[in-house]
Amino acid sequence: MQSVARSQSTVGPDAAAPKDATLIYRQSRWTRLTHWLWAISLFFMLLSGLQIFNARPQLYIGKESGFAYNNTIFAIGAENTANGPRGYTEIFGKRFDTTGVLGWSGPAEQETSRAFPSWATIPSYYDLGTARVVHFFFAWILTTTLVVWLVASLVNGHLRRDLVPRIDDLRRLPRDIVDHAKLKFHHSREYNTLQKMAYGSVMFVLLPLMIITGLAMSPSMNAVLPFLNDLLGGRQTARTIHFIVMLLLVAFFIVHMLMIFAAGPINELRSIITGWYRTDPPAHGSKTPQRGA
Amino acid sequence: MLKFVISRRKFLTSASLGVSGIMLSGCDAFDSQLRVGDGLRSFLEGANGLTWRAQRLLAGDSLAPEFTEADIRQPQRPNGVTAPDDDVYKGLLANNFADWRLEVSGLVEKPLSLSREQLMNMPSRTQITRHDCVEGWSCIAKWTGTPLSLVLEQAVVKPQARYVVFHCLDTIDRSLSGDIKYYGSIDLIDARHPQTILAYGLNGKPLPVENGAPLRVRVERQIGYKMPKYLRRIELVDSFAAIGGGRGGYWEDNGYDWYGGI
Repeated sequence: MQSVARSQSTVGPDAAAPKDATLIYRQSRWTRLTHWLWAISLFFMLLSGLQIFNARPQLYIGKESGFAYNNTIFAIGAENTANGPRGYTEIFGKRFDTTGVLGWSGPAEQETSRAFPSWATIPSYYDLGTARVVHFFFAWILTTTLVVWLVASLVNGHLRRDLVPRIDDLRRLPRDIVDHAKLKFHHSREYNTLQKMAYGSVMFVLLPLMIITGLAMSPSMNAVLPFLNDLLGGRQTARTIHFIVMLLLVAFFIVHMLMIFAAGPINELRSIITGWYRTDPPAHGSKTPQRGA
Repeated sequence: MLKFVISRRKFLTSASLGVSGIMLSGCDAFDSQLRVGDGLRSFLEGANGLTWRAQRLLAGDSLAPEFTEADIRQPQRPNGVTAPDDDVYKGLLANNFADWRLEVSGLVEKPLSLSREQLMNMPSRTQITRHDCVEGWSCIAKWTGTPLSLVLEQAVVKPQARYVVFHCLDTIDRSLSGDIKYYGSIDLIDARHPQTILAYGLNGKPLPVENGAPLRVRVERQIGYKMPKYLRRIELVDSFAAIGGGRGGYWEDNGYDWYGGI
């Protein structure tokens, strides 16, 4: 009889409900599967992308790269100085010494001139052809996963239930910001306002923008969608946006990791691996439901 | 319940330790799986075939964007070999390419041998397009040349031909078995595309040596390494087996994808 009772109380389709009432089934198998496919794809796309960038470590604004004129807004390079070779990073013409990481890096006495260091690129040695093979393979995985997630989330209600912002979210925003700043986290079924904003902007702004600017760099796709580069401000601007969105995704990843460690890494990891999440015990005397970290 | 939590916790802790360990040592392990011919590498390269089919399906005969005179703001940036050091080439250059011929051979009914004058007397096409180098830079220039489709028509391509291979005059690499001259290939869809021209003019002037004189191909819907310079011979083939390392081009034999539309 116990097994019957268990299956009746199960919220999700693929796990048995434990007796503990604070454990809830929070993440569907689609959310979990696509989450990890993105994690893997973005890891490989970032490191192969930095390798591709190393082939031409400059970013330009416009249709083309200025060689007889200057439309460079960002550059990483190396130069010889009185103190030996130094690496530099130049942003809007302002130069910073980034020796050891950007421009000039490597093991002691074996430093080389390379924009992003060996530990940040796939392959670790200079190989543009291979980086492209890796990058475009995972581009297919990433894009397919995004489509699968979108369809699954529309069908299973994840989108409507968990991500669509409501009037309530706006009202709760100030308190959410204060709670996050104090590292005070609530654990509940629902995402809080800042979570909705962060996840929503990754899914509906950053990843689509990454795919669009990636397509805008493809000469064949330019023939299919010629308006894309007109819209973005030219192929080289598209490449620059692609790079900036990469930085924003890395920033998201860092905050994502910090939040997970602050909110309880075991519980957070469990929910994205098994789907089960431990919520806070019901708060007595509180009128507004508390919402998850 | 307590037992469940602990075992799960142990699992997660060891799993995350394991993952970070793999990440740290994994980069080197991954490197060694990525050489040309490795199983993992070949699997990942399968994505290029998918991209090729998908873009062929989407692109059809559509044209690459063309630009205006106002968009030409600088000389075309030369890349790769810019001054061939080959005796044959230097001899042809000394005579202003009067003795140069473009051979068309392989799977054709009528092999051709065309002088520069013969090519220039054929109908020409001029287009202002953006050259996208695999490294990431772009440069806009005006190219004039003979549509490759007209040359192929004249040579009458045999039905079993699948690819057009370009053989060049410039030495790109040296190996134990001798100098390697640049070579590359495209499919017949791009070969017959209206913007695919055998260019002899750049920005209203004869094609300079650094940009591929006397003749280079423009394949406007692909990346720069797919547009060989210093053309000597065009060969129609049904497979790459007999061409270089068998992957369809010099850079392809060195790990680049064959389809360069992306």
